[in-house]
Amino acid sequence: MTSMLQSLKHRGPDSTGFAMYGMPSQNQMVMRFKVAEQEDLNSGFEIHQQIKDRKASVDSRLKEIDATILNQESVTEYAFRYTLNHSGDIRRLADYIEDIEDAEILSLGTALELVKDLGDANVVSGQYDLGGFVGSHAIGHTRMATESDVDIRSAHPYWAYPFKDIAVVHNGQLTNYWNWRRTLDHRGHRFMSNCDSELIAVYLADKIDQGIDLQPAMEASLDELDGVFTYVVATSDQLGMAKDVMAAKPMVLYESDEFVALASEEVAIRSIFPHEIKTFDPYEGEVRVWQR
Amino acid sequence: MATLEQNSFDQGLHSEQLRGRTQQVFFSSEEEENFLYPYGYEVDLGNRAEFDAAEMEISAINKKIRELMQRGHGHIVVKNPSAKHSLGVGILNRLNLDFEGSLGYFGVGLIDGPNVRISGRVGWSCAENMMSGTVVIENNAGSTFGAAIRGGDLVCKGDVGSRTGIDQKGGTIIVGGRTGAFSGFMMQRGRMIVLGDAGKNLGDSMYDGTIFVGGEIESLGVDAVPGELSDLDAAWIERKLELYGLEASNGAANMKKIVAGRQLWNYDNLEPSEKKIVL
Repeated sequence: MTSMLQSLKHRGPDSTGFAMYGMPSQNQMVMRFKVAEQEDLNSGFEIHQQIKDRKASVDSRLKEIDATILNQESVTEYAFRYTLNHSGDIRRLADYIEDIEDAEILSLGTALELVKDLGDANVVSGQYDLGGFVGSHAIGHTRMATESDVDIRSAHPYWAYPFKDIAVVHNGQLTNYWNWRRTLDHRGHRFMSNCDSELIAVYLADKIDQGIDLQPAMEASLDELDGVFTYVVATSDQLGMAKDVMAAKPMVLYESDEFVALASEEVAIRSIFPHEIKTFDPYEGEVRVWQR
Repeated sequence: MATLEQNSFDQGLHSEQLRGRTQQVFFSSEEEENFLYPYGYEVDLGNRAEFDAAEMEISAINKKIRELMQRGHGHIVVKNPSAKHSLGVGILNRLNLDFEGSLGYFGVGLIDGPNVRISGRVGWSCAENMMSGTVVIENNAGSTFGAAIRGGDLVCKGDVGSRTGIDQKGGTIIVGGRTGAFSGFMMQRGRMIVLGDAGKNLGDSMYDGTIFVGGEIESLGVDAVPGELSDLDAAWIERKLELYGLEASNGAANMKKIVAGRQLWNYDNLEPSEKKIVL
């Protein structure tokens, strides 16, 4: 994944994100969160103590809601990876942690681990030591900030807060974003950004929460979401892609019995398959889902 | 030269003198070598050279091709292009150029003359604005295949993405498999042959030109209408396909022909320069 994203650095060097799926565990959850932005470290004399205080608040609140911290790793000064034992309401947990100033949960689930930060793929992968991660599938994104800031909050992929294990990367624009934002707001969902990519994640999670399978949920999105878009979604055991009916955003696909690789440009796929392989563009209005 | 230049100005073909980096070159029948593009090279088609592009940057690959042409090589083989973008662009002379592998976006764009073979796949906008020559792709192609081409033959033996031949102004585009939505969008001239199926809105807002489809058409676009396939059309299709080892599975005579309905036309046939003379 790192080499694929690094080969797409020319599409945007501002930030890079990885949504990786390890082996799911029924009894344990993995929570990736941060309590500051990278650039915060350069501002204010108190930031280092504030980070410690915020992390202590996270630990305290987890204890309050009977979540047991089984393991904790400090990946950077401001980003952490916790393994938790928690059988309660996941939304309550997420809301309670995010209530802490500048705390943001990047991902929470049994398999999903979402890492995103400023810099290109090699920088972020090295910073978070992703080279040794073992899992079944992953999606990633390299971003050039066009309509929002260069910060972790605006970086992709997006976790479908607070639904566990659902993440989305997206290329395009939704023109009925605010209509759907209001609809999903009224249904009780909370958004961590104003990015339309996050809306796709929450939209799909909402459908899945209603008992709709991923494939029909994605097919419905082609009718209900307006604009030009291609997106990739991952859950703990599925990977899906959808391309809108105008097919104005690129996607190249390689599929074999053992492997599926998708990217905006073939050069990314070639970075892991240097030998000649047969790739193709999915067509307009096409939805594909792969099961692990 | 002065007379030709004066004549062209008199005919309204040039109303302003181009300045800056753009070059204005006039054809002269008196020149020994006849007309050549400023960066066109005289090459020997029997003089072969090859190089491995795996570890090379895009600009280095294109410069290498240019250097080899400058040295007279008329057959250049590029190994391992690795789907890099914008390779083989702006070649303005005869050349046999083989890519052993796949190209990324904007491959062999703005060419006028070379015969290109690509053993792999091409990304978006392959051969955009091609003027003449042939480009043959053995595998699949991305969207906006042959955008705005003006001449030559552009052949993809596999499937092609959406908006194939958008703004096509001439030449022939051949698709061995399926083509996506909005193929032939705003097509203005030239021909397109699709041996497989065509996605929705085929030929949307086409002004002119002809699209032949061997498979199913999901839907026609605005002002694209069925035309009557003539014996001459069928003979031309067969001859064209034979050149590239392709065949219409149900026979060329059974292909569907799509042309412009010409209901959207709200202009006359005069070029701006001709209008000047008339007015």
